[in-house]
Amino acid sequence: MASVTHDHHAHDEHEHHHEEGFISKYIFSQDHKMIGKQFLITAVFMGLVAMLLSILFRIQLAWPGEESEFLHFFLGDKWAPKGVLDSEMYLGLVTIHGTIMVFFLLTGGLSGTFSNILIPLQLGARDMASGFLNMLSYWFFFLSSLIMFLSLFVMNGAIFGIDIPGEWGTSGNGPAMAGWTVYPPLSALPQAVSGSGFGMTLWLISMAIFIAGSLIGSLNYIVTVLNLRTAGMTMTRMPLTIWAFFVTAILGVLSFPVLLSAALLLIMDRLAGTSFYLSDIMVKGQMLTNHGGSPLLFQHLFWFLGHPEVYIVLLPALGLSSEIIATNARKPIFGYKAMIGSILAIGFLSFIVWGHHMFITGMNPFLGSVFVFTTLLIAIPSAVKVFNYITTLWRGSIVFTPAMLFAIALVSTFITGGVTGIILADSALDIAIHDTYFVVAHFHIVMGMSAVFGMFAGVYHWFPKMYGRMMNARMGYAHFWITLVGAYGVFFPMHFVGIAGAPRRYYDYSVYGTFDTESYGMIVDLNVVITFFAIVAALGQAIFLFNFFYSIYRGPVAPTNPWKSNTLEWTTPVEHLHGNWPGPLPVVHRWPYDYSKPGAAEDFIPQNVPLAEGEEEH
Amino acid sequence: MMMILIVVIGAIALAQLVRVYELTSKLRQRGEHEIPNRDNVFNSKLMLLFMIFQFGGFIYLVAKYGWTGRGPAASIEGATTDWLLNLNLIIITAVFFLTNFLLFYFAYKYVKKPGVPAYFYPHNNKLEMLWTVVPAAVLAVIIILGLKTWNELTGPSSPNAVNVELYSKQFGWVARYGGADNKLGKADYKLITSKNKLGLVTEETILASIEQIEKGEEGIHKIEGQLNNNNIVLSDSVRKAYRESLGNKERLLRLLRQMQATHNKKGDASTYDDVIVEDKLVLRKNTPYEFTFRAEDVIHSAYFPHFRAQINTVPGLVTRLKFTPTMTTKEYRSVKNLPTFNYILMCNKICGSGHYQMKMLVEVLDEKEYDAWYKNKQKETFKASFLKK
Repeated sequence: MASVTHDHHAHDEHEHHHEEGFISKYIFSQDHKMIGKQFLITAVFMGLVAMLLSILFRIQLAWPGEESEFLHFFLGDKWAPKGVLDSEMYLGLVTIHGTIMVFFLLTGGLSGTFSNILIPLQLGARDMASGFLNMLSYWFFFLSSLIMFLSLFVMNGAIFGIDIPGEWGTSGNGPAMAGWTVYPPLSALPQAVSGSGFGMTLWLISMAIFIAGSLIGSLNYIVTVLNLRTAGMTMTRMPLTIWAFFVTAILGVLSFPVLLSAALLLIMDRLAGTSFYLSDIMVKGQMLTNHGGSPLLFQHLFWFLGHPEVYIVLLPALGLSSEIIATNARKPIFGYKAMIGSILAIGFLSFIVWGHHMFITGMNPFLGSVFVFTTLLIAIPSAVKVFNYITTLWRGSIVFTPAMLFAIALVSTFITGGVTGIILADSALDIAIHDTYFVVAHFHIVMGMSAVFGMFAGVYHWFPKMYGRMMNARMGYAHFWITLVGAYGVFFPMHFVGIAGAPRRYYDYSVYGTFDTESYGMIVDLNVVITFFAIVAALGQAIFLFNFFYSIYRGPVAPTNPWKSNTLEWTTPVEHLHGNWPGPLPVVHRWPYDYSKPGAAEDFIPQNVPLAEGEEEH
Repeated sequence: MMMILIVVIGAIALAQLVRVYELTSKLRQRGEHEIPNRDNVFNSKLMLLFMIFQFGGFIYLVAKYGWTGRGPAASIEGATTDWLLNLNLIIITAVFFLTNFLLFYFAYKYVKKPGVPAYFYPHNNKLEMLWTVVPAAVLAVIIILGLKTWNELTGPSSPNAVNVELYSKQFGWVARYGGADNKLGKADYKLITSKNKLGLVTEETILASIEQIEKGEEGIHKIEGQLNNNNIVLSDSVRKAYRESLGNKERLLRLLRQMQATHNKKGDASTYDDVIVEDKLVLRKNTPYEFTFRAEDVIHSAYFPHFRAQINTVPGLVTRLKFTPTMTTKEYRSVKNLPTFNYILMCNKICGSGHYQMKMLVEVLDEKEYDAWYKNKQKETFKASFLKK
């Protein structure tokens, strides 16, 4: 089979890497395991930054206009004069919070980390198809993270006094402020809001580099899955994690370039006087001469990526949970083929639903109808997955590792967040709740809870593989329960705030005082509750961070296969080996879900164990 | 300072606890990574407890806040939407309870019992069929009802609908009624001046705009004067800004002259009778409205929560929606038992620093009161304000 030749070939290539200095081992590493960890650390750092930003603006929402030393400490006199958050910076904080969480934490941190660590290990490959491109994909990610982080410090069109010479939008204060969706004309016109000057330019540069890195990474994952599976690893013997990463990578390759094109057109409207998105505009007393463009064009291009993007975020989390739930329930994942089918269906359908973000944009209502239909269709494979997870638990023998807790909670939040998606998918219902806190609740529950829980589950479960040591389980439990209760406490009340009509991206709700004091009272009360839970949940992450870093250095040394799991990554030695297996690559004889198979000696049979006499493969 | 101290001490305490745990598990000669049965059972019980907390919390929140703020729908279209929403909420609440129950109950019940193996149950095609077909059927119903409602809401308004335009800009709204002929006059952003804030198109407004752009305060002549003045020294950036501004204004002037040449004066009367209202949007009960929307600078969104209506306003595009108000402000106040209540139009698309304050009060009067109000208001036509000396 082709994989035999590849193994030989790959082995030869890696002969050259045996001498690893500090720089080539830790900094410019081409080893997928190191690159995965680099993604993880960078993504976690960015996630913490974004979490801090959310606490900052949540303080404003809970106690509007009140002086806060905490705000003043982090934002200084310019953005929090007298400790009160500046109303423009409020928009900047929500924008960067959203951008970092969606792209840097949940795309870079989920796909980047786990695709890198698991794809070669679970497929029985020495490394990714191209170690060099893999390394590049990380450094692009790092560079784009750095630029996005620095954009928070823009002042008078420069960062810490350093200016880019020339006309690169060197005006303005603060980061991009048009929401993470950066719709033009607001994001195209520096006059419209301060962050649309240099801050927006940096946002665009950062995203362009991020997209390039993401594409390089995705191509690598696809090629590795198609070409570097070890002998016996047919597509239908691959773990569901790999299926998820594979389809995710395809989604990325097909949709990120469209966002890049949207960004390029926006750059041109900003710098080159074009009118892709602009027409008939009078802004801050200035009559612009742009003509013929349409802001809706940007929205179509943006959401063409934007929707697959949320599945790029979610599918890896679902894939990781499939593995974790099956392993810890000591049962095969129920309906393996149906799960593959669902992943493929979700992947395909995700390309034809983007318009549900645009029901009330002024686009043709008939187009809206089409998107209602396709969006509600996507609920079907999602429902199938949920039922399969639940059935996997049924009559299982469940071990509650912290990873398992997070995986089960992922299914719960996927249900909770998913069902409100059904309401939002119905365009007639969307009219009254679009851009309210109902939407904020929906996407935070599926992304801020489900996908983040998937990431936590993945870290707890594969920590022994990444660092050769075990994390502390009791701390993991504490972290889990605080996070679950805290996060539900943050996002569940938001549904009610949204149904009451409270718009999102509002600095405060004082306007309610002029027309409905009863609702105003409710919004104020709930905002305090939400912020309280947000602070509790944020503080709870300290336990995780402590556990994570402590265990890297002082955790108990891990056994080879601590979770008694079937997949191939647990057959490699605990000490990292460049090339993963010391001898020949494992040969696969069975699917990865032979847990508690009747007639077997142990309650798990790894994939590389040959079939016993008279044993039939599932 | 205190905070930092607490964090550091907390971290040290935690580290010591972990050391104790490691040492004790070494004593028990168990692999540190194996989860003790006690922990398993404890977490399984917490799963059930959490489910109760989740369900209880949900019921509590719905009881306490479910009916606050929303209020009844105050339009015909809104009532249809609310009916559909309630149906959907019942369906998803049932799904939420059923699936979460199964999930957490199974997590609790099937905790590992030493000596009891798991049941090897890899697939069952019949079950997969069942939970593919049932959701599909339910969703089909939701889709059909939803699209039927959507078509009603976005369809054309009745021929006797009152035409009102809402003009959005950073950071406020301006309403324009069609006037005596119930037709809204044409508008163009190139004609926006301080006396013609909505850019309405008439022969006189075009002329006024041409004059302003040529001879006004920052007009072409002034700028040319500055650029050609040998007695002053302009910096490079100022000179560049002037030239750019001059270029833009000359371009606009050309377009304005084209407008002037092709303008058909017959439409002016229809524009001149339009009535512009800046302080409050006043509507008539049981009257169908056809709202059109324009935006001056960036995307805004016209959100009328009580009428369950919303549409983005987009520069370069005219958007529309329709509804028929069914309850006067007075009636709604008594239903809500809130004498200070008002209907509202809020901006609902991020538009800059004033986004959260961009509102317009809306008042619905009964037929008699409205007709009385409008009879007076009708006199304040655009013609009167524009041509006033």
